[in-house]
Amino acid sequence: MSWRARLGRCIYRGWEWGAFGGAVTERKTWAQSRFSRERSARGGGKSVGRQRWWARRWASEASEVPSAAALAAPATTSAVQEAAARREVHFPGALLAPYTCRLAFEEATAVPIIPAYRLLDEQGTLLLSAAEAAALQHFPAAETVRRMYSTMVSLNVMDAILYAAQRQGRISFYMTTFCEEAAVVGSAAALHHDDEVFAQYREQGVLLWRGYTFQDFCDQCCGARDEPARGHQMPIHYGRRDMHFHTVSSTLATQIPHAVGAAYALKMDAAPRIAACYFGEGAASEGDFHAAMNFAATLECPVLFLCRNNGYAISTPASEQFRGDGIARRAAGYGMDALRCDGNDALAVYVAVRTARERVLRTQRPVLLEMLTYRGGHHSTSDDSSRYRSTEEIEFFMQHADPVARLRTYLAVDMQAERQAREHDRERVLEALGRAEAKPREPPLDMFTDVYAQLPPHLIRQRESLRAHLERMAARPSPSGTAEP
Amino acid sequence: MALSHASKRLLQASTVRHAAASSPTLLQAATSALIRLPSHPPTRFRSSSAGGKPSVTVREALNTALDQAMERDPNVCILGEEVAQYQGAYKITKGLWEKYGTDRVVDTPITEQGFAGLGVGAAFASVGGDVPRGGRLRPVVEFMTWNFAMQAIDQIVNSAAKTRYMSAGKIQVPIVFRGPNGAAAGVAGQHSQDYAAWYSHVPGLKVLMPYDAEDAKGLLTAAILDDDPVCVLEDEIMYGQTFQVDRRVMEPGFTVPIGQAKVMRAGRDVTVVAIGRWVGVALRAAEALRADEGVDVEVVNLRTVRPMDETTILESVMRTHHCVTVEGGFPQSGVGAEICARIMESEAFDYLDAPCERITGADVVMPYAKNLEARALPSEDDVKRAVRRQLQRPGATDGKSAAAR
Repeated sequence: MSWRARLGRCIYRGWEWGAFGGAVTERKTWAQSRFSRERSARGGGKSVGRQRWWARRWASEASEVPSAAALAAPATTSAVQEAAARREVHFPGALLAPYTCRLAFEEATAVPIIPAYRLLDEQGTLLLSAAEAAALQHFPAAETVRRMYSTMVSLNVMDAILYAAQRQGRISFYMTTFCEEAAVVGSAAALHHDDEVFAQYREQGVLLWRGYTFQDFCDQCCGARDEPARGHQMPIHYGRRDMHFHTVSSTLATQIPHAVGAAYALKMDAAPRIAACYFGEGAASEGDFHAAMNFAATLECPVLFLCRNNGYAISTPASEQFRGDGIARRAAGYGMDALRCDGNDALAVYVAVRTARERVLRTQRPVLLEMLTYRGGHHSTSDDSSRYRSTEEIEFFMQHADPVARLRTYLAVDMQAERQAREHDRERVLEALGRAEAKPREPPLDMFTDVYAQLPPHLIRQRESLRAHLERMAARPSPSGTAEP
Repeated sequence: MALSHASKRLLQASTVRHAAASSPTLLQAATSALIRLPSHPPTRFRSSSAGGKPSVTVREALNTALDQAMERDPNVCILGEEVAQYQGAYKITKGLWEKYGTDRVVDTPITEQGFAGLGVGAAFASVGGDVPRGGRLRPVVEFMTWNFAMQAIDQIVNSAAKTRYMSAGKIQVPIVFRGPNGAAAGVAGQHSQDYAAWYSHVPGLKVLMPYDAEDAKGLLTAAILDDDPVCVLEDEIMYGQTFQVDRRVMEPGFTVPIGQAKVMRAGRDVTVVAIGRWVGVALRAAEALRADEGVDVEVVNLRTVRPMDETTILESVMRTHHCVTVEGGFPQSGVGAEICARIMESEAFDYLDAPCERITGADVVMPYAKNLEARALPSEDDVKRAVRRQLQRPGATDGKSAAAR
């Protein structure tokens, strides 16, 4: 034994025997306890060369960081004794965090990219065998798939006409769903009819699935008197109580904490329903998103977050919107489960949403489902996306990733029948639009209701003042000869 | 130092590494030890009665209002930071977590935007007799101060206030936002702003400002019963003030009507309209003026800033022919400006013997230094000087503070 080792041994012994005035506490450091254990395991004898010892220590250090599997495995008695012997203190902010002497950053780029679940390839070929498809839980019935397809086609037709109507000045604003039909309709089909839906603004497909008619859409966009909101909201801000579709709110991402609140209420009701919240990848940058995600996880609310990651937030591409791996990877930070799917594969969207819904209901915990898709149209009628993306790019996605085309190929739809259906839908939309435009608007005297539950005195006074004014005006001949309704 | 039970359990959990990781029970116990102290017995405030009129602090009044509302309606719940085990940042929710549990008194993470939005979503309820869809709770959202509610103001204005109108009455939001408003003591700019003017601007919101214990109890109860979104702007300085109230005030179901002002003190010479804490300042000024100078001041406690009780103000002004308003907020576009405009637009204008005057907070960011803070807020002297100016009496202009005009 070298003199150094001998000296160290003496010091060590002395320390063990409480020399040095007991200044050092009884608690052994990790290194010293390990040293003594190793030595006794060797049966004493010559000490190992220092470098080899350190090398072994560093090597085993890496394996000391418990993997998820190790954490999940039941602790052995010796592990418990070891830990107790070491007497480590773990802090409340991260009770499960093990200690390590190896300084290693959690590299964001080293985190594995979440794969996207899909069932159909770009050509519309099912990637499962028939037997696998039959065995897959939640695989949609043939009737459901056909209904999804016809809804997607109707959505397509309606979007095109109402977009053109805005261009002609017949309505003030519209937003289309081109290239995102599968994400919206597929998810709508997988939800139950009484799941509370909190939409962003590009989910008219959900309403279409739930029975909102072309007439309803046109009435809302034209602000007709007999639509539910009576013309109090601008176009595309649909809402339908009996369809469990909460009125669209313009302020981006505000619907996310609303959905969590609704889910909390559902949980207190112990209802077999969930809240489903749609938002885009851009809205997921809002503060509301983070607050709501954290809430859903800490309060354990049965809410399904459905993110339509369509690559653009008006002109801001996803590469400038965030640096992480999409939106799905954020869930882990909140302690939430996540899933990613090909949002342009209607079958995959259906299966994913149905499975996620069942998981949310069973565990009463939130799930984040990211649907990868592409915004085929402009952001809205107020946008011209050719200013910030090439037409080649749009054409590429519409040609190779169009969800309607994929499902069409899968279903082997008869083109003749489809052309007829499209023509039929087109006529119905145009008819509905014409009828909506002709419908009367809300009379001015009704403008004051629904600010509050009961009309307050000052609004009663204002209404009477307006009534008197209108009566005076009606008594006079108007310059154009036409009367205001 | 004797370790509390909670700390001991935490130590026990912390030192057993793998056991904690793999034994859910112990981990759960450890984490639950962090967030739950041994439960306190439910607290009952004791109030002394003298001649049948109990003495109650504003804090007790608010606490009792919440307690009675939660007892009456199981849908009422409280959301906010520190409302549960901590008993409330200002102890307004004392004892409620022990009584009603975690489901109904919810401690939230620090995100006003988040929990205001969550409360709005939980409150969304369809109007009409059929089964309510998705959310039918009546949340009471507590902001630690209304200054922090600026981070939630989008949810309050765009999601709570406007929803009934935008849905043409199909969706209602029966939510209450409450918390201390206005200047406290030495908390400077970001903790001292008065938001009465901001929220009273918005159609769809109701804005209440209680002054005393009767206001606090009655207005908060009425707010919770109301089907519209209501902002209750309380006052931290008033929380500890004691008032003698009628017995009936502390009974369950006692409400103060929303949209109705109260004449605290009848008078002949000048009408002083005040909100919140400044009602007390006005009352003290009125007492002093009566005793020292024989001036009879009528003090009107507005109670509800929106919808404002114009009728009471105008009637009072038509009797006294003078008006002074007192508020703590900044002068531009404030509540006093609104009152003056309404007087001017009404027939009461013809009854005025002098232009109306506003006493407001100074048009500066609230300073910290005590002397500066005192001069940045209305004082009794400011009100007295204003009254004397109205009546063109001597003593109208000496020693102006920054708060007076």
